[in-house]
Amino acid sequence: MSSAYSITKAVNPPRAVYIDFPLGRTAGKPNDKGLQRKIMIDTLTMLEAIQDPGTIRVLPYRWADQDDWKDGVMRRPRADGDSKASDDRVGRLPNPQYQTAEDEAEAEVRLADDGCPTCVFLEDDR
Amino acid sequence: MNVSIDNLNPIDYIERTREQYAHLGYKSYQWVHNDDQPPFVPVAKALSDATVGLVASGGIYRYGQVAFHYRDDFSFRVIATDTPMAELRATHFAYDLTDVRADPNVVFPLQTLRDLVAHARIGALGPNAYTFMGGIYSSRKVRDVLAPAIADRLEKDEVDVAILVPV
Repeated sequence: MSSAYSITKAVNPPRAVYIDFPLGRTAGKPNDKGLQRKIMIDTLTMLEAIQDPGTIRVLPYRWADQDDWKDGVMRRPRADGDSKASDDRVGRLPNPQYQTAEDEAEAEVRLADDGCPTCVFLEDDR
Repeated sequence: MNVSIDNLNPIDYIERTREQYAHLGYKSYQWVHNDDQPPFVPVAKALSDATVGLVASGGIYRYGQVAFHYRDDFSFRVIATDTPMAELRATHFAYDLTDVRADPNVVFPLQTLRDLVAHARIGALGPNAYTFMGGIYSSRKVRDVLAPAIADRLEKDEVDVAILVPV
């Protein structure tokens, strides 16, 4: 499932569906179970239907009536104060970035206890 | 359901990244580009009998697990597919987390898939889903270390197909 057509085209996976939504919403809008379900059923249908390696099928959903949400994505703010410009990136930090302080406290207790068996830290041999 | 990409004007993230990096004075990011025909295995079972795997790169972790850090973190998390949605969290440096924190299904469609199992549209889910934080700048680490490790897990889980949800 992809919401970045050019990247998926370049990576060239065996099968893909494209959903023309903002990054971070590829499987549907929040709390819209009906839409999430339709997108997943279409995705599964395409999983079975695609016969040609590298096919990207475009699903028929739109994020909004207008496409102006696309204008500011990864655009730097302009001197004229273009309010559509956005940059969601934050710094690249070396410590785990928890959603809440409570998550961090709980994870540290369990890490000390059993080392988090469901966290898989891989070695890079090179 | 035949929609042409030509009618959609999709955001060209490769081009926008190039512009942004140029503005910041960075070298051009080297995107993965595979020209060879991808490997292709036909789906062997009806999906109503199939066991489905889920892999997502949106920085999902479960309450109690160590979160992802933002500097080329290529670790992954094993998330049991019976995990309550309320125990899921999201952390990532490169996308707006508002919607995923309101409803993790937007990039980690676990409840969506569980509902499809309940309605017999798919046979079952694998025992675990696998998640990582996709802001990994080394495509080599992903290709040579992370992807094979997750593929190995999916094989051990005996899933018939896997849904991949990148961010």
